[in-house]
Amino acid sequence: MLSVILQDTPIPISANPVIETPEIVWSSLAPHLILILGGILLLTLVSLLRGKAPSWFHAAWTVVVAGAALGSLWPLWSRVQEDGPQTLIAGAVGLDGFSLFVTGIICVSVILSALLLEGYLRRENLVGPEWYVLMLLSASGGVIMASANDLIVLFIGLEILSVAAYVLASMHSRRISSSEAGLKYLILGAFSSAFLLYGIAMTYGATGSTNLVRIQQFLVDTVLIKNGMLLAGFAFMIVGLGFKVAAVPFHFWAPDVYQGSPTPISGYMASGIKAAGFAGFIRVFVVTFGGTYAQQWRPMVYALAVLSLLVGAYMALIQTNVKRMLAYSSIAHAGFILIGVTVATDKGTSAALFYLLVYAFMVTGSFGVVGIIGREGDGKHSLDDYQGLGKTRPGLALIFAVFLLAQAGVPFTGGFLSKFYVINAAVAEEQYVLAVIAMVSAVIAAYLYLRIIVSMYFAGADDHGVSPEMANPPAKKVPAGAAIALGIAVFATLWLGIVPDTVTSVANEAVARLVAFQG
Amino acid sequence: MELIWLIPAFPVVGFVVLVLFGRLLGKPAAGWFASAMVAGSFATTLVVFLDLLSTQSAQRVFEQKLYTWMPAGSFTATFGLMADPLSIMMCLFVTGIATLIHIYSIGYMRDDENFSKFFIYLNLFVASMLLLVLGNNLLLTFLGWEGVGLCSFLLIGFWHTDLANSSAAKKAFVANRIGDFGFMVGIFLVWVTVGSINYADIRAYAPNLAAGTATAMALLFFLGATGKSAQLPLYTWLPDAMAGPTPVSALMHAATMVTAGVYLMVRLNPILHEAGWANDVIAWVGVATALVAATIAVAQNDIKKVLAYSTVSQLGYMFLAVGTHNYVAAMFHMVTHAFFKALLFLGSGSVIVGMAHEQDMRRYGNLRKYMPITAGTFIIGWLAIAGVPPLSGFWSKDEILAGAFNAGPAGPVLWLLGLITALLTAFYMTRQVIMTFYGDEKWREDAHAEAHAGADEAAEAGDEATGAPVATAVAAVDHAHDDHHGLTPDHEPVESPWTMTFPLVVLAGFSIVAGVLNLPFSDKLERLGNWLHPVIIGEHHMPNAPVLFGLASGAITTSIVGILIGYAVYEKRKADPSKIELSVLARGWFIDESYSKFMGGPGRAFYQGVADFDSKIVDGVVNGVGKGSLGIGRLIRPAQSGIIRTYALGFGVGAVLLLVFVVTRMSL
Amino acid sequence: MANPLSEFLRSYLSVGIFVGLSFVLFGLLMVISWALRPNRPQAGKYINYESGVDPVGSTWSQSQVRYYIFALLFVIFDVEAVFIFPWATRLEAYGTFGLIEMFAFITILILGLVYAWRKGVLKWA
Repeated sequence: MLSVILQDTPIPISANPVIETPEIVWSSLAPHLILILGGILLLTLVSLLRGKAPSWFHAAWTVVVAGAALGSLWPLWSRVQEDGPQTLIAGAVGLDGFSLFVTGIICVSVILSALLLEGYLRRENLVGPEWYVLMLLSASGGVIMASANDLIVLFIGLEILSVAAYVLASMHSRRISSSEAGLKYLILGAFSSAFLLYGIAMTYGATGSTNLVRIQQFLVDTVLIKNGMLLAGFAFMIVGLGFKVAAVPFHFWAPDVYQGSPTPISGYMASGIKAAGFAGFIRVFVVTFGGTYAQQWRPMVYALAVLSLLVGAYMALIQTNVKRMLAYSSIAHAGFILIGVTVATDKGTSAALFYLLVYAFMVTGSFGVVGIIGREGDGKHSLDDYQGLGKTRPGLALIFAVFLLAQAGVPFTGGFLSKFYVINAAVAEEQYVLAVIAMVSAVIAAYLYLRIIVSMYFAGADDHGVSPEMANPPAKKVPAGAAIALGIAVFATLWLGIVPDTVTSVANEAVARLVAFQG
Repeated sequence: MELIWLIPAFPVVGFVVLVLFGRLLGKPAAGWFASAMVAGSFATTLVVFLDLLSTQSAQRVFEQKLYTWMPAGSFTATFGLMADPLSIMMCLFVTGIATLIHIYSIGYMRDDENFSKFFIYLNLFVASMLLLVLGNNLLLTFLGWEGVGLCSFLLIGFWHTDLANSSAAKKAFVANRIGDFGFMVGIFLVWVTVGSINYADIRAYAPNLAAGTATAMALLFFLGATGKSAQLPLYTWLPDAMAGPTPVSALMHAATMVTAGVYLMVRLNPILHEAGWANDVIAWVGVATALVAATIAVAQNDIKKVLAYSTVSQLGYMFLAVGTHNYVAAMFHMVTHAFFKALLFLGSGSVIVGMAHEQDMRRYGNLRKYMPITAGTFIIGWLAIAGVPPLSGFWSKDEILAGAFNAGPAGPVLWLLGLITALLTAFYMTRQVIMTFYGDEKWREDAHAEAHAGADEAAEAGDEATGAPVATAVAAVDHAHDDHHGLTPDHEPVESPWTMTFPLVVLAGFSIVAGVLNLPFSDKLERLGNWLHPVIIGEHHMPNAPVLFGLASGAITTSIVGILIGYAVYEKRKADPSKIELSVLARGWFIDESYSKFMGGPGRAFYQGVADFDSKIVDGVVNGVGKGSLGIGRLIRPAQSGIIRTYALGFGVGAVLLLVFVVTRMSL
Repeated sequence: MANPLSEFLRSYLSVGIFVGLSFVLFGLLMVISWALRPNRPQAGKYINYESGVDPVGSTWSQSQVRYYIFALLFVIFDVEAVFIFPWATRLEAYGTFGLIEMFAFITILILGLVYAWRKGVLKWA
């Protein structure tokens, strides 16, 4: 790994008439710029055209923009491979394998969600460009978070990400639960942002910088005699970031918000936003404080991981609403990824990255199916609505079963490998208790996924007096966009389980090239 | 030998082709195609077997690396196949019996609308089992393990319109998951200590294992094996799993699935060799299972349930052998058992088809007149399982018992318990044969009264699934009624078509002669022992010849006594059968029920109110575990009130806890 | 002094003095006006004062949602002004880079205004 040394020039206040402005390598910011400009342009174009654009145009535009951002990662990746990781804009933003990988995950999540959203909006009669604009802007916030090398930039990214998400959650104007979701998300989100900001302030107070590399350097060079402020900063930042990734006990919002939000948006939240949150988590704790203060923050994250694994799985079991089940299961998944964080090794980080990628496919796909089955009004989410689905809509049921089995961790799906790598990383650090808890959680969760599958395939008509036809009136066709998205997601879920080498090696490479201080 | 990849490839191809073109192939063709694939696999196995046979005994290991799956730092799992005496022997009888069962299914499933789907599952089942057996590392075995679990889940629930079937399928799947947990942890433990999960490496490393580690590993893998091979306490799913089509039962009980646990233990014999008291645990669990299951089998009236409990009991024998380091005997009994149990199950399927899908033996009788081939072959199976020499069952069972007798101070006790089991086995099998093939033609009696008896039975069955709503029992009663409409007093049973009787005849032949595999008379005649010798670490000593002879004559006497008692009670009516068929036995020592009652724990009253929802999904043992979880979930649910204030409070509490932790760590 | 105030706290001392002074001043004014004014209570004098017009109805009345939209637009441009003003005072110091940055900022806001305009927000009816 390369050491990135920042020239430590104090910013002059009045002595020098010319203020030094940072040099900006615009091409290295391509993903950020593409997403932001794509969002703004879409808004402007569509508002100027005023209703003349066909309804699929917004989705197509979003897919193209996110695809372009995804494509721009390739030259940047090879640039990182050749020249090593680098910082941009006076050290505020880092360009390294890690940021590119997370950016990729976010773009994938945007593409899939946009494809799912298109049919959803037509069905719900809510067509408009705003959804896509907000999603692109939120994604750009996520990308900023992923590449932030400065706590302030991290916070700005988080806010861009979140503010758009608050609105997205409440965009289904006819469903009261959607407004409720948006409001809850906003209030608790603001609450958590305050914690994060307070934590950043304390960290700044303790180390004298908000720049992550400089903080790292400072902590390597200096032994803090009084570390109380720094540790309190850790605690507050864990609260703030723990909220974003929906880790127990900061998870309370997640079930309500995932359940209330428009279903494809729930998918985006569970994949894209979670990925960005974990990027922040890893960047701050593993990379910056991993070498010097791991003993201090690891137990906290450990506790979060254990609680998330167990509470998420247990709570998911007792739900009767499939959307809510998925919300709780996403908390359990967050617990798994937190394992990768808490071991604080390269292995753990690359396992977390792989997990996030696999999870992006599984969860957007799952919510995609749920959105289609939810029918008009997006309300049919109870377990009973899935009865006999294997007969009435065999294709959808099969796809859903694949996603559920993958989430349960059945071998030859990406879900198995992602769990395996994470547990593997824990075992390599001799965290056996954690590994066992993770497996217990996986077993409990398997029961939950099985429950849905059972009701799809085995709960026949005869035990309820309700024929499957009554529970599921004749189905409409799956919209083309959704079909493409589900196809991609299923393919990727299986592909990552069968030939994971390419992706795992990319994840390993990504972790090997990090913007970090090397003393 | 390079051909070994073809062994699992054939059924995989069959699976893929049938998925794509199954409907196109149509009714008999799809079945024949699937059978041909498994037969191809069998033929390949034969070639590989002959190839192995022609090499030196010490060099009979061949590994074929296909591709590397999931590289994770220092850890890689190579997707490799391993042909050695153990795996090829397993393959031989798995593919051989599977072929026969495939052919049989063509006849058995001829009226089913999902004909091709059935063969898709069947092929996948065989492919998974072959992967399990041939894999050169624990992970690959685990994959096959999961695969057979999934397939059994699909196959048991094949007729999933039936509520009982789907709940049995769930039970099987979840019970196996519990076992899988042990397996998974075991794999990790192996990997952490040995640094590899390849069998070859494990074998090389095993002598360096600390006794404690080896014991832990053995127990973990044994937990996995109890799930898959239906041992105490995880056996309850297997009898319920009878709900599936009969060929599936035969496949599961004889060739695949349940033998996987025994295979795993034998494969890991280098670890067991170091595992100390874990072996005693295995032996005692095995013998206890054998005894308990045999007593339960005495009082069952469903023809398939008798056989199911019998399988559990026989598997107990195999674990007894494993626990006493008598691996050759375990494998020997696995093979002979595969022949006669497949025979018995297929025979029972033939009977069931002939009797309009009635499974209650109390409505059978005198069937040998109508179904001579089925009756004749079934009787051979009966004599084999009862342990009558010179049929195969005698030799293998005797070897297990003799080996147990010699296993340390507790040996004679193990032997005695095994002998009692043998007595019971002979008894309940006699009972079954007499009730089915001899005596009066009971279905001709007043159908109405019998129907009521059937309904009572069904209600009892409903009771057993505690926690199930009354609706289940009612549905079961309805179901019973449906069946009785099929079997009318003027029913004329007919012999099954040749696709069904042909496998019976073949299996009967093997059931008679399979004992030749391993005769105790001279070293040369212990063919199986010599064949498996390179795979097994450590020596097992049989008792001296005179003792051996004494034990054998004891066993023969026991078998004959068992048969005679059965004959006296059921044919000559010397005693009232209801004195023997205690209801406590009929209901399986209430084990299943008590699981349901107590495993729920204190949370039970809590979830009772919502039982009518849950019982759709859950019943029985494992379901008890599930319910316990539900109870805990419910306890922590009030926190999720939907009120933001509460959420923020939770948030604040979390933050305060983190800060409290920080205070303990900080240096001010 | 035996226990001198730290430099840090000393700088807050002046703030404290000012706060104390403001309280004193406020109290003084209230006391003076109370002492000087005549006291003749009337019912009309207890009505809330609202631009000289008698208030009608409760204070919890709904207002048109349009007000909020206008308020939002106002806030946006208010914030814009907050940024532009300090920038303008030191325009040369930031150079062309600063100029471009500010134009990018303004452009984004203008595009937002365009969106609002096309959405019909600016029309009152």
